[in-house]
Amino acid sequence: MTSLALIVAGGIYLAAHLPEHVSLAPAIALLAASALLLATNLVLLARVPGFAWDRFFDIAKWALLAYVIIAGTIEYAFLRNHLKGGALVVLTLSLVVFAVHVPVLIGFTVARFYDP
Amino acid sequence: MHDVAIDAPPLASEAPSGPAAASEDFQIVPLAGLPIVAVVLALLIVGIAVNKLWPLTFLHVVGGAAWTIIDLFLGFVLGPIIGKMSIPARIEFTKRLMPKMVLIMPTVVTVTLAAGWQLGVYTGTVDSGNPLHGWVVASYIVVGIMAVIALGLLEPANIAVLVELKKPRPNPAVIEKLMKRFIYTAGATGLMQIATLVIMTKLASS
Repeated sequence: MTSLALIVAGGIYLAAHLPEHVSLAPAIALLAASALLLATNLVLLARVPGFAWDRFFDIAKWALLAYVIIAGTIEYAFLRNHLKGGALVVLTLSLVVFAVHVPVLIGFTVARFYDP
Repeated sequence: MHDVAIDAPPLASEAPSGPAAASEDFQIVPLAGLPIVAVVLALLIVGIAVNKLWPLTFLHVVGGAAWTIIDLFLGFVLGPIIGKMSIPARIEFTKRLMPKMVLIMPTVVTVTLAAGWQLGVYTGTVDSGNPLHGWVVASYIVVGIMAVIALGLLEPANIAVLVELKKPRPNPAVIEKLMKRFIYTAGATGLMQIATLVIMTKLASS
């Protein structure tokens, strides 16, 4: 949740300042913190004994497909408006983290409550 | 598909593993709805590509109205009703409602946000020099909070409930816990939607 909030905050920060020149440092810091938290969550998850990985991947793969489509649509809107340079890179990477993060959350919730 | 009665399970607190319930099969993601979603997303892409005022306004207003109404209706009308239903009735209702929500909500949210962004570009309100820009940033913040709640809590709970209901012996305690999460978060986003209504009506009337 915190990781997702960080990525959303970075997106809001950039969107609020466009199209004028904006310092990318806060957005990069938020993106890095979000990616780091996501990676930490995955590492911690991998250490949980008896975690229902089958259920996790069953659900997460389809959710990933759906969120790649959603992120792709948003990316298209950025490209359509000729967004470029550092802002485009940071927003694209933010979308990548978003598209991975939500399926992880969905897969985790399903696997956590799964009791065959 | 046919209706099959589900044995009334005891209260969740009394029965962590519910009795065998002859469960009616259902699809977590209703495949029949996927072509409709594809058409809506195609319309969105065309709307953004042509970049005209009417299609963008149409997509943003229709998507936003659906999103707001569904959140408010779920949080403040259906939520309390579901809370007072018996567990078997709640399970039956959930099986019919939640698969539709799996398709409707992500589609409606994507259409509203993408068309809204493009509309803001077209009208100039996303430009930080625009006098209405403060209201637009306020809408980003409200939508951002709603997105974190919806994507981080509401949607995972929705999917997890459906996966639990697909099991031959669904656990009523798990369903009740996840449904509570779903209803509370729908209520929270319903409250945030009131803020959205204030901001959007202010923007539309300026």
